[in-house]
Amino acid sequence: MSGISYKTLSKIAGPLIFVEGVDNAAYGEMVEIKLINGDRRQGQVLDTRQGLAVVQVFGSTLGLNTEGTATKFLGESATVSVSDEMLGRVFDGLGNPIDNGPKIVSKHKYDLVGSGINPYSREEPSEFIQTGMSNIDAMNTLVRGQKLPIFSGSGLPHNLLASQIARQAKVLGGTESFSVVFAAIGITSEEANFFIKQFEESGALDRTVLFLNLSSDPSMERILTPRLALTTAEFLAYERGMHVLVILTDMTNYAEALREISAAREEVPGRRGYPGYMYTDLASIYERAGRIKGRNGSVTQIPILTMPADDITHPIPDLTGYITEGQIVMSRDLHRANIQPPVDVLTSLSRLMNQGIGKGRTREDHRSLADQLYSTYAQGKDARALTAIVGEEALSDLDRKFLKIANEFEKKFVNQGLDENRDIEKTLDIGWDLLSGLSEAELTRVKPEFIAKYAKTDTQWWKKRHDAR
Amino acid sequence: MVEAIISRISGPVVVAKGLGGAQMFDVVRIGELGLVGEIIRLEGNSAMVQVYEDTTGLKPGEKVINTKRPLSLQLGPGLLKSIYDGIQRPLDILREQGGDFITRGSVVPALDEKKKWDFVPIKKKGENVSPGEIIGEVQETPIIKHKIMIPHNVNGELTEITEGEYTVNENVAAVKTNSAITDIGLSSWWTVRIPRPVARKLPPEEPLITGQRILDTFFPIAKGGTAAIPGPFGSGKTVIQQQLAKWADSEIIVYVGCGERGNEMCEVLSTFPKLEDPKSKRPLMERTILVANTSNMPVAAREASIYTGITMGEYYRDMGYGVAMMADSTSRWAEALREISGRLEEMPGEEGYPAYLGRRLAEFYERGGKVITISPDKREGSLSIVGAVSPPGGDFSEPVSQNTLRVTRVFWALDASLASRRHFPSINWLTSYSLYVDGMSDWYKDNVSKEWIEQRKEALEILQKEAELQEIVQLVGYDALPEPEKGILDIARSIREDYLQQSAYDEVDTYTSIKKQNTMLSVILEFGRMGADAIKKGIPSSKVSEIAARRMLSKIKWTKEDQVEQLVKEIKANMKLQFDSLLKEASD
Repeated sequence: MSGISYKTLSKIAGPLIFVEGVDNAAYGEMVEIKLINGDRRQGQVLDTRQGLAVVQVFGSTLGLNTEGTATKFLGESATVSVSDEMLGRVFDGLGNPIDNGPKIVSKHKYDLVGSGINPYSREEPSEFIQTGMSNIDAMNTLVRGQKLPIFSGSGLPHNLLASQIARQAKVLGGTESFSVVFAAIGITSEEANFFIKQFEESGALDRTVLFLNLSSDPSMERILTPRLALTTAEFLAYERGMHVLVILTDMTNYAEALREISAAREEVPGRRGYPGYMYTDLASIYERAGRIKGRNGSVTQIPILTMPADDITHPIPDLTGYITEGQIVMSRDLHRANIQPPVDVLTSLSRLMNQGIGKGRTREDHRSLADQLYSTYAQGKDARALTAIVGEEALSDLDRKFLKIANEFEKKFVNQGLDENRDIEKTLDIGWDLLSGLSEAELTRVKPEFIAKYAKTDTQWWKKRHDAR
Repeated sequence: MVEAIISRISGPVVVAKGLGGAQMFDVVRIGELGLVGEIIRLEGNSAMVQVYEDTTGLKPGEKVINTKRPLSLQLGPGLLKSIYDGIQRPLDILREQGGDFITRGSVVPALDEKKKWDFVPIKKKGENVSPGEIIGEVQETPIIKHKIMIPHNVNGELTEITEGEYTVNENVAAVKTNSAITDIGLSSWWTVRIPRPVARKLPPEEPLITGQRILDTFFPIAKGGTAAIPGPFGSGKTVIQQQLAKWADSEIIVYVGCGERGNEMCEVLSTFPKLEDPKSKRPLMERTILVANTSNMPVAAREASIYTGITMGEYYRDMGYGVAMMADSTSRWAEALREISGRLEEMPGEEGYPAYLGRRLAEFYERGGKVITISPDKREGSLSIVGAVSPPGGDFSEPVSQNTLRVTRVFWALDASLASRRHFPSINWLTSYSLYVDGMSDWYKDNVSKEWIEQRKEALEILQKEAELQEIVQLVGYDALPEPEKGILDIARSIREDYLQQSAYDEVDTYTSIKKQNTMLSVILEFGRMGADAIKKGIPSSKVSEIAARRMLSKIKWTKEDQVEQLVKEIKANMKLQFDSLLKEASD
């Protein structure tokens, strides 16, 4: 079959073309489409039966026609050539170099879709990554092999946060930096340039691979771009033993491309017109993070998505949250209050936090302190809402304390600006400073022995009780 | 054999031509790779097949072979300690054969075919045996005896039964029935989509003790009962399920990770083998079966994984064991149904789910229960099901949650706002319910204390009252409340923080025996009553909440079981002393 050209295109609908007379096109096979003017496009088989193949075109269908356009079935599924030389290079959304450098030639050719990691082969992610950001390190800890998305909204500085993480991330006690695989999915050239500039300035560019599908590029390419990035990352991680940080931005554009194809195929739509299989499809991307037993490297993912109308229940953030191990949520209110990064600690979560913290990893009091800060901040925010109705005078003494701590928590702990790289010790110390206004009985989430050791208060009634015995 | 071929491929659904004589749900092998699939629709001589593996690279024209057998499991010794994918292929063996990534078309026996098991007969040659009867035992793991039972359609005289070492594929006995001689193997086969029959279902009268205070005290599930845990993401659902698996007092645990995260499943796979069974002090895995089908594994196998899990559960129930099955999450299973239904171009019901979603869910939960098994000795066994539901956007009105609530009798409502306050387990005490409590009140009277039911009611009433008062506080502020009401808020806070909050990660707090629960709750409530009394006598509520004994209440949960009595005695003494001096001060 491979090598034969068909000029039997019968129908073009949206990004899909229908090729007749094809008897055994493989499901998922790559297709080359040659236009009458000599241009070439790529496509992939989406549905195949005897006598008909439905092909999804990556790129515009402009200039395609039903008479002269030739389609060639290539006899293989989507693959990418990967090599060490990809570090420091820039590619388009289909993996072609756009930095005037040579094409990647390599004997390592990998399937783009790839098969899932056998859960039995996975190694439990447990190595703390110090991002230097207090709100992440202390409250929503990131570990190697985790997938932790940033849920943001239009106009919020998620790019600043992502680039700061990429710049500062390191494993405690190690000097080794992360390699970065960056996939731009339908973002503007300005945003892309921002990232490139950031990588250049921090000297990270030569350990970075960039795949750029910009908003002006064909939307169908977006289906492939994250998979290209992840296939490259898996090669670097599992074959070359590197620790790879993958940044995918913006996954909302990916989901939209998925919806476009589904609509073109006239499938029964699920919620808000997104296809019913979106969960499975997104999982096939996000699940490609992790560690494998007996191999050195790791793939850590930070996908970024902008929530339409800041709605966290929208299908894209909702399904993403069910697959990823937590989320970092940006808050418009904090952004307006000039807090940088404006991360809403209460709705954020890291599901792998417990594996990465505690004695021998960060510090023994980490869990207790984080719980206490969460709970105090939550109560402080409640008190703040109450103040709006009844005024601060009507608050109880305790609520007033909580309110004060909540305000300081935002101003001193979350707010750290773009340049500060806090190590974990410092982050935890700031946390204890904030709590110094509370009496020991009010530190309900902290184990007694940690109160004695770390709390910055002096009414140690628990200790006294013990001594009295 | 008629040569059948693929005529169309669309994602996980393949159409095959030339499958004359095929039956619904027959398992077929597809293409050169021999991918496993199941027939889900027949039209003339073509069949629609859902494929349990990735179909990339398949071509029309490749061959299709009908195995002429519906999807079945091999049931026998060796199931325990295993880790299976959705269609009972051991993941560890798959890894040995195919490497770290899932390979396709692998044929792997579900049970170790080489291992020899010691079979010890219970029945003798010449005895009459009937369906379900236990004829012998195999020590499957140091804590579980695997019972070899007579199949459901066999009745007659034992003509042969010998003690010795056997592999799972060998016969251990033979029975002479009316028509012929039937061999009884060490293992047997069962179709996953057909429930194993029972003689009779019993009413659920005994609680499944889980060691989780909010569950055991407020919303208990019965042995053989069904529970649903719907929860928006990040509300701690998975942790609760894992806690149940570790601590629930059932003999066998079947844990199905259905369409969930790989790293989370890996955590289960790596922590379970390290866990110790609290009773026998043996590894927990020796009474556990894991089924893992992560979200990036093929969608059709996700649909099957739930049935695979429950069939194995029923098998151990038939031996007379108490079995607890956890399914995390049934929403992913329902989504798999939806995806396949969409590929079949069926007319969708609500939110794109197929019209038969409700029926399929009801059929699944109906497979749970406390039963008398088919057997002359009328053995009792139970199969409890805890199904997690993940409602999109945390909206319980969606079809999967609603259809689940119609058939389950316990509802543990996880609450994201509690989780964000780090109140764990984040089960909302106002919206959750258990319909088993009344039926089990006799058990509590006999096994815990006579006050238990009353005590539970009192605590729930306080929490209910707190919710009402909180609304008033929102409007007029805390200071405007009368003193007795402030006292109620304080004791409610103690119930929430000192009793309901429970840390899964703390060595002591992770499990609380029902006896300790009773002690804890009674001392907290007693404090509440003494406090209310003092306030009535004119003591300000702030003074009551500041006395030292109040603070000590929070220490009980961190205290080991054997030291609880001592501590509570101390607290009670202090309480009396301190309240007395408070009252004395006031009257002076």
